[in-house]
Amino acid sequence: MAEAGAYLRLAAAWFRSAAQYPLSLALLTLSQVGAAMSSVLAIVFVFGHARVLSGFDLGDVLFLYALSGLAFGLADFAFGSVEQLGTHIRTGTLDTMLVRPVSVLVQIAVDRFSPRRLGKVVPAAITLCYALPRLDTDWTPARIAMVPATVLCGAAICTAIWILGASLQFYVTEAREAANSVTYGGSALTEYPLSIYGQDVMRVVTFVVPLAFVNWQPALFILDRPDPLGLPEWVRFAAPAVAVALLACAALVWRTGMRRYASTGS
Amino acid sequence: MGVYTSVFWHGLRRYATYRAATAAGILTNSVFGCVSAFVLIAVWEARPGLAGWDAADAVAFVFVAQALIGVVAPFGPSLEIGERIRTGDVAIDLIRPVALPAWWLAQDLGRAAFGAVFRGVPTFAVGALLFTLTLPDGPAQWLAFAAATLLAALVGFGLRYLYALSAFWVVDDRGVQAVAWLVGPFFSGMFLPLALFPEPLGAVLRALPWSAMVQVPAEVFLGDHTGAGLAAALGFQAAWAAALLLAGRALTATAVRRVVVQGG
Repeated sequence: MAEAGAYLRLAAAWFRSAAQYPLSLALLTLSQVGAAMSSVLAIVFVFGHARVLSGFDLGDVLFLYALSGLAFGLADFAFGSVEQLGTHIRTGTLDTMLVRPVSVLVQIAVDRFSPRRLGKVVPAAITLCYALPRLDTDWTPARIAMVPATVLCGAAICTAIWILGASLQFYVTEAREAANSVTYGGSALTEYPLSIYGQDVMRVVTFVVPLAFVNWQPALFILDRPDPLGLPEWVRFAAPAVAVALLACAALVWRTGMRRYASTGS
Repeated sequence: MGVYTSVFWHGLRRYATYRAATAAGILTNSVFGCVSAFVLIAVWEARPGLAGWDAADAVAFVFVAQALIGVVAPFGPSLEIGERIRTGDVAIDLIRPVALPAWWLAQDLGRAAFGAVFRGVPTFAVGALLFTLTLPDGPAQWLAFAAATLLAALVGFGLRYLYALSAFWVVDDRGVQAVAWLVGPFFSGMFLPLALFPEPLGAVLRALPWSAMVQVPAEVFLGDHTGAGLAAALGFQAAWAAALLLAGRALTATAVRRVVVQGG
């Protein structure tokens, strides 16, 4: 809990720092809102040409996008800065963090914290509010409860993926962009129904990089659709277990990376 | 001229140093290419012949766009001059007996040349291995695409130079850059081919400079323009390149005359 307190205090400090350049802060926030909006627009434009893609219509896909956008947006909001690990290693600022009495993960996650990062979350939340009443599904209490649960587990899974991707930079300092292929790439991938990517990709994102649990598997339950891979019914409820396992895995990999870190020296 | 050639080679060699970063870039561009390719294949399955293309054309478009990322840098890196203006280091650049825009152009073309060969070509090769995609017919079309790529690099530099120069006025150019990184990929057709945009938005975006960075070169690659149409497409890119470079030169002169470098 001390960690959470430190996070909040550092976040407040960085917020004051970001507010010193109000024009930049406004433009940076706007750019995040715009980035999320451009994904929504792309989906709308695509569905202007094709009414249905592999059995999903515009409303369904906006719902999938909103779940994935919220999960990735919240993870990026709280932990996105960990992708800067390589820069901290190269410039030596990681050493400075090591001598401070606060967890290094917290310090890196909160580094340059700025409210602009909420810019990604807000459009996704609005899209969710727009899409929910337009879904053609039978709203049982279980389905209703599944929506917030999915966002929560999705955010946890994305956070774990972000930390795992960043930990790679303990070994290859310049590899920041490689992690982008699973973080931003994963966010782009999960915007559309996974069935359009074919069975091989679906197996990879279910069993290797479990992006399928960010929105796809829970959405199959909420929308009451068959699983194109024919996986058993319980897989649709596996997101919490996947989130816990992946977070544990991320913590282990991060600790291993920290232990073997020996500074760049000069 | 010699000094600019030398700056060009230094720009190229500088990026050649970061091999792991280049490999990571190829991986990321390929993953995004695959995601977009699958989406567009699904769209073309639902609407065959959309925009006069078949699915193989659409997939080629996607991978040409991803391959051009290393050349036109729509997501950055921003030109270092923005940072140098913010820190005041630009004062040192101004002492050098070379033209400021030409210096940075030479360096950026070095970066673009490296990006084209070592990032663009492998990314496209990944796409060609994994998907069926259209290739240009014959050497003339390849040559036209090479010319379109060079012009795209000039337009990309022209825009990024203007973004960076904004630091002379707003000091912290990060906000401007962030908006630019958003607008560039969307307006250029990198996120989604401009052919899929509803009219009149599509037509408006086609007239703006960003389309010269991705949409036009990709169309040249697919052979959508022939004869006079091809000349018009390349002329469109050249006109924007000239306009942006001249604007960059004029703004540099204004900035140098009336802006006090940070730090006094």
